[in-house]
Amino acid sequence: MASQEPAKTAHPLNVIVATDCGSTTTKAILIEKVGDEYRQTYRGEAPTTVEAPFEDVTRGVLNAIAEIEELSGRKILDGDTIITPCRDAKTGVDIYISTSSAGGGLQMMVTGVVQNMTGESAQRAALGAGAIVIDVLASNDGRLPHEKIERIRTMRPDMILMSGGTDGGAVTHVVEMAEYISAADPRPRFGATYKLPLVYAGNKDAQPQVQKILGEKTALVLTDNIRPVLERENLAPARNKIHDLFLEHVMQQAPGYKKLIEMAGAPIMPTPAAVGVIMETIAKREHLNLIGVDIGGATTDVFSVFEGNFNRTVSANLGMSYSISNVLAEAGLANIMRWVPFTIDEQTLRNRIKNKMVRPTTIPQTLDELQIEHAIAREALRLALIHHKSLATALKGVQQERTISDVFEQQQSGKTLIDMLKLDLIVGSGGILSHAPRRVQSMLMMVDAYEPLGVTRLSVDSIFMMPHLGVLSTINEKAATDVFVRDCMVYLGTCVAPIGQGKDGERCADYTITFPDGRVDKGQLSFGDLRLVPLASDQKASITVQPAKQVNLGAGTGVAVTREVQGGVVGLLLDGRGRPLQLPTDHTARVASLAKWYSAVGLYPTAS
Amino acid sequence: MPHSYTPGLTVTEHTTVRRRRMLSLPGSVLVATGETVRANQAVARAELPGKVYPLNLANQLGVAPDEIKEYLIKKAGDPVQKDEILAENKPLVKWFKTEIRSPITGVVESVSPITGQVLLREPPRVLELLGYVDGRIVEVIPQQGVVVETDCSLVQGIFGIGGETWGEIVIAVTSPDEVLTPRHLTADMKGKVVVGGSFISSDALARAKEVGVAGLVIGGIHDKDLRALLGYDLGVAITGTEQVGFTLILTEGFGAIPMAGKTFTLLSAHAGQPASISGATQIRAGVIRPEIIIPKHADAAGDHRAATVPQREGIRIGDQVRIIRDPLFGKIGEVASLPSDLQKIPTESDVRVMEVLFGDGSKAVIPRTNIELIEGA
Repeated sequence: MASQEPAKTAHPLNVIVATDCGSTTTKAILIEKVGDEYRQTYRGEAPTTVEAPFEDVTRGVLNAIAEIEELSGRKILDGDTIITPCRDAKTGVDIYISTSSAGGGLQMMVTGVVQNMTGESAQRAALGAGAIVIDVLASNDGRLPHEKIERIRTMRPDMILMSGGTDGGAVTHVVEMAEYISAADPRPRFGATYKLPLVYAGNKDAQPQVQKILGEKTALVLTDNIRPVLERENLAPARNKIHDLFLEHVMQQAPGYKKLIEMAGAPIMPTPAAVGVIMETIAKREHLNLIGVDIGGATTDVFSVFEGNFNRTVSANLGMSYSISNVLAEAGLANIMRWVPFTIDEQTLRNRIKNKMVRPTTIPQTLDELQIEHAIAREALRLALIHHKSLATALKGVQQERTISDVFEQQQSGKTLIDMLKLDLIVGSGGILSHAPRRVQSMLMMVDAYEPLGVTRLSVDSIFMMPHLGVLSTINEKAATDVFVRDCMVYLGTCVAPIGQGKDGERCADYTITFPDGRVDKGQLSFGDLRLVPLASDQKASITVQPAKQVNLGAGTGVAVTREVQGGVVGLLLDGRGRPLQLPTDHTARVASLAKWYSAVGLYPTAS
Repeated sequence: MPHSYTPGLTVTEHTTVRRRRMLSLPGSVLVATGETVRANQAVARAELPGKVYPLNLANQLGVAPDEIKEYLIKKAGDPVQKDEILAENKPLVKWFKTEIRSPITGVVESVSPITGQVLLREPPRVLELLGYVDGRIVEVIPQQGVVVETDCSLVQGIFGIGGETWGEIVIAVTSPDEVLTPRHLTADMKGKVVVGGSFISSDALARAKEVGVAGLVIGGIHDKDLRALLGYDLGVAITGTEQVGFTLILTEGFGAIPMAGKTFTLLSAHAGQPASISGATQIRAGVIRPEIIIPKHADAAGDHRAATVPQREGIRIGDQVRIIRDPLFGKIGEVASLPSDLQKIPTESDVRVMEVLFGDGSKAVIPRTNIELIEGA
């Protein structure tokens, strides 16, 4: 039960080295206890070495740690071993921990009986465990039986999660699915000789039959039903089994991982699972509703915690380099072009995007190239959130009690849990957000993509260390929290966005901001305005917004709202562009609006 | 200090390549270590289990799943012919008789008394794995495949579509910056690997298909023409299984970009010789680039020994580089200086840069990540 028993160390943890083995880069950070608090002090990175000619992930880990050694002057390595625990002030570390998404991460196929009930629950369990779900098979997914079998055969998942049926319910459909899997005889992606790990988390009455059908052909693990009754989801046991099997089977097949597991002082976690842990921890600690996003080169992960419900989704082909062309394919050219503040012909843009796809490590060299990448990022973020909203839902198929008053307002079960008006914090991570030349660029990309409503705080992960902190939090929560607050999170500021629409120049809201020094700023926000008010990270101000008659800031149309708002490296963003955000359809008017907004917040350097 | 540069594409006259040829499921290897093989020769063979067809007999006969055994004519393991009776009921009145016939020829794989389902399986299909390149077997992996080695000239492309094929190299244009048009493509190019210059238009692609060329090697193509050729917008660069009639390899990228002089000269020098090509591209960890392999045959003149390519330590002043990002995308020059300090570029990012000197004597400062070394001896 590796995932449930975090490492306990006999000695105090004062110096920690953590790595994240990504698909292209292995990133190492050093965390040291300075006085009473933990701080992230040095970082190093090196190419990941899962592939030939090295085929040993620990090579990249040692290289990244060697870079930290060079920068910090601390001796951490003794040949190919990490010196633990610390021998003196400049030698060794107390623990080494790691996360991994190398080799394409954990790729899973899940099955259920009813697609939007047990199928979705299984999907949520797998995603929550940090997997990429390559397909969801269900008895009612519309595919003919032989098509299902063919699909299972052609997929090469690392693991399968089977669910279906409530405990005590009918066993036929779930046994039928087991028969299909058995007939397909699926083979794992890595290692021709080992059995495919399969977690069965369906109707417990079907366990003996599933055992009989799949026990020989797969490395079968039986666990509690993820949907014991329709009204309740029980994802934790299946998630834990997935983590265990990931360590025991899948990672054992990846080059060098046996060594990596031995080196590490705590179980290796899949990167997204670790990020999920830290997101959940922040939300719980600060009683927040939050959305976190990690936009990478190949995939975009979205995490949310609303009213304590944690969800994660991964949009496997939305990313800024390897998958950039897919963002264009999914969003469409017009949606990308609407964020570009100049004219460019379609052919040039399409060719440029494809050239980035085939040479993913290149960076924008000119301002217009940067603006195009930021436009694409807005669409990738937007699409990934739509995907997330569709899966982060209340349970479907649950009977609802209705009274006579509900007759005219029948709500469907399975409503999304994401309520943008109740959202307190957006956390952005990933190269395009963490490394934007100006922080306001990250802020506006997220505001444009997510269209937060009312009052919402925004932040970014400074250098992408959330995975490291996620795994660290399982062994020392204080260390993880200290570093997270002091070194990881960069608060950008707060966005105030009234809901409603109006003509450009019409009154949207009046506002009064009272700054900590007693200064008062009164003004009117018109529709079409975007205004940035400086407010430093350590400052809080009080804002009273009196929306226009048809405008709402969360308390109802025309109702004034007073809130305390936190500053940030960017400040307080007053967004009068209206919600839902509608950009002018006419090209010239749109370019003019974008130019006005971008200039109002100092988004890009002005042409000299 | 890490060496920040993008490893380039290999374009080399002499090298030795090894290609691992693996079956997707265990089978038998047909050749032995040391044996010489041809590109189109089968080196291993496997039997792909036939497709499975489930039939719910309980539903069709209107009986309980645990009763179906009583109605079965065929048992698990029995061979069946298409339309042969699998199961039937025995009603008192003959008119009510229901016969369930097999939709396929194969075997009865299993019968489930829980679901009432019978699984039928078609006969296995034989998969043959070909050698892909003319060479010799240097390793046999029992039941799984072989490693073929060949001394050859090698050109790697940046992106391709379509799988492995082979054919004689034909140079269709006179210079690397010439556009390949339909008039360059003649009937005698059927089954050959046609090398063009800077660009191919959609009408020339259609003509290539009509002629039946085996492969096309070109500097660049417009994305919209690729979309038209594939019938969809390619989202992720993982290719190799497309079937558009030929294998297409781009040496430079998207747009009209003259083929690098070195690549064009090398391919021209081998006109008339057989080449093995693959369009398979995977731009993720474990990068796979499309390739043109021109084996050195024992009877060919010249130096047969493969040159050992020294392991690169990083980029050096004087190295030939290609710029791989706008605004100077596709230009080739040489490294003039490698300042070690970070420099601010027009986007305001602080990055490591290099100074590149072009043929016309002009210079430009380029982020190091935006250049590609032109590699190969």
